[in-house]
Amino acid sequence: MTMTSETEALGLRKGVFAGQHTWQVISVLIVVAIAAVLPFVLSNYRTLQATLVLIYAITLLGLNILTGYNGQISLGHGAFYGVGAYIAVILINHAGLPYWSTIPIVALICLVGGFLFGLPALRLEGLYLALATFALAVALPQILKHPALTKWTGGFQGITINPVPVPGKLPLNPDQWLYLFCLAVTLIMFAIAWNLLRGRTGRAIVAIREHTTAAVGMGINAAFYKSMTFGVSAMFAGVGGALGALTAQFVSPDSFGFFLSITLLVGIVVGGIATISGALFGAVFIQFVPNIADQISKAAPWALYGVILIGFMYLMPQGIVGLLRTIPDHYRNVFAVLRHR
Amino acid sequence: MEAFLHQVLSGVASGIIYASLALALVMIYQSTSHVNFAQGEMAMFSTYVAWALIGAGWSYWAAFPVTLLFSFALGFLIERIVLRPLSHAPVISIVLIFIGLFVIFNSVAGWLFGYEMQTFPSPFPDRWGSQYASAHELGLAVVTVAILAAVFAFFRFTSLGLAMRGAAQNPDSSRLVGVPVDRLIALGWGLAGVIGAVGGMMAAPIVFLDPNMMAGILLYGFAAALLGGISNPAGAVPGGIIVGILENLAGAYIVGTELKLTLALVMIVAILLLKPAGLFGRALTTRV
Repeated sequence: MTMTSETEALGLRKGVFAGQHTWQVISVLIVVAIAAVLPFVLSNYRTLQATLVLIYAITLLGLNILTGYNGQISLGHGAFYGVGAYIAVILINHAGLPYWSTIPIVALICLVGGFLFGLPALRLEGLYLALATFALAVALPQILKHPALTKWTGGFQGITINPVPVPGKLPLNPDQWLYLFCLAVTLIMFAIAWNLLRGRTGRAIVAIREHTTAAVGMGINAAFYKSMTFGVSAMFAGVGGALGALTAQFVSPDSFGFFLSITLLVGIVVGGIATISGALFGAVFIQFVPNIADQISKAAPWALYGVILIGFMYLMPQGIVGLLRTIPDHYRNVFAVLRHR
Repeated sequence: MEAFLHQVLSGVASGIIYASLALALVMIYQSTSHVNFAQGEMAMFSTYVAWALIGAGWSYWAAFPVTLLFSFALGFLIERIVLRPLSHAPVISIVLIFIGLFVIFNSVAGWLFGYEMQTFPSPFPDRWGSQYASAHELGLAVVTVAILAAVFAFFRFTSLGLAMRGAAQNPDSSRLVGVPVDRLIALGWGLAGVIGAVGGMMAAPIVFLDPNMMAGILLYGFAAALLGGISNPAGAVPGGIIVGILENLAGAYIVGTELKLTLALVMIVAILLLKPAGLFGRALTTRV
């Protein structure tokens, strides 16, 4: 009811954007089709890399909902990623659950955990929130290594799990199956994010970023929405981490430190802050560029990340998606004129 | 009992380091209107410069002023080159820039000086020590308190300090009354670099020198600022000392040293939950 009347009230918008909407749907379908074919044309190693890109994309999307849309900076998303990875592995090894069932459980735990962490943390803004989440990022490896938890976490050595089995008699190798599994989860997560951001909730999230006090004045429960955004964002990171653990078949405390959180932040800045598709570009970037830099020096990826963060703020504050948007704008205007003649 | 007292006193010593960081953050905020996330990393880098000079055969008191000069130039240049062009960017961009600087200093220090822990000499002769506090802990307390008093007096009683506060709080009006805002902000960054360098050189003999030495100090300094009340600079000192004592006692008797950073996280979350305005702060209100 409300949706229809809203759309009718905004009839103009419908007319102008109808064409654009069709194009968006078509381009999404093309991307999904290409993504579905990828494992059958790539080598196993490349398929594995593509799987990691999908996993990063989910995580970056979560961080972008928080930082890009809601304006809260988190240096702690590597920690939620790590928590997701560990929970998945522990559920598989100790509770004997099948691998696919760990994803919704991890999602729920991280959603609640993120919400609870967001509750006190939302009292902080900007840099102070960055500091509090920074504490989370540096504390997690210590907690995971603690002797009291070694029974579950495996301490310094971490834990290994068996590879994900290919179901039934499907004519796929394990790498291909894992890729398709991750692709399915990615599509679900992107659909959730798109649904969340396009409607009333999305407007509330953005309004809080733009002017918290005014948003509260409009009747938005800022405390709830900020914590909820934190929870949703942590859920995405946790799901990413769980898939990452299934892919690597191994978790260890030091892979989830501060560097991972910085990597994720670089990913959303490069892809484009406050964009959904930016998560994909950012994921490709953080999957491939550090590997190249790593060959120069161990410290090089770090230094490179720092330079990229600063450089993008100067040159391309809207990231790759922002750059791509400025190019077709010109042509889109031409098409719009032609269509309305 | 004696061991307990020793723990408390060395807690006070580290508390003073945290207090100085917390206060430096607040003071620097007064002169630049930014809270520099990379402050600790810049201090670490300066300490490495001093370490390299001493390693090259310089005496401590020759390396000290040279390091301070270097730190001043470093802070000044970073403001000029990196931050000036983005002075009108949104807060999130500025924070991302600080994180970028943080990462760059951390990795460059690791690159140049290695990731091994290094010892750093104390300038204070051992005979000043007593059975409860080492010479360095006493010297550290004196130096830190002196610096803080000097910074406070600078902002409170000198016309340059007043101009700096004005430049940070209301750049447009300050410009109209003839305050050279751009130069003062760069000067503020230079001074912040100097204070950080002194703090780094004071902390290094206790926490040891390595590229990640500042992570713990930064977090405990932040916890100190929160506990003291982030809106009240003077609260940072008791806040820092309480946090330092708690950290030392908990480290010695409850959790051990491997959860040092986790303890900081627990403190931060606990303060935010139980007393978000801090012990000496007031609840913040926003004007619409």
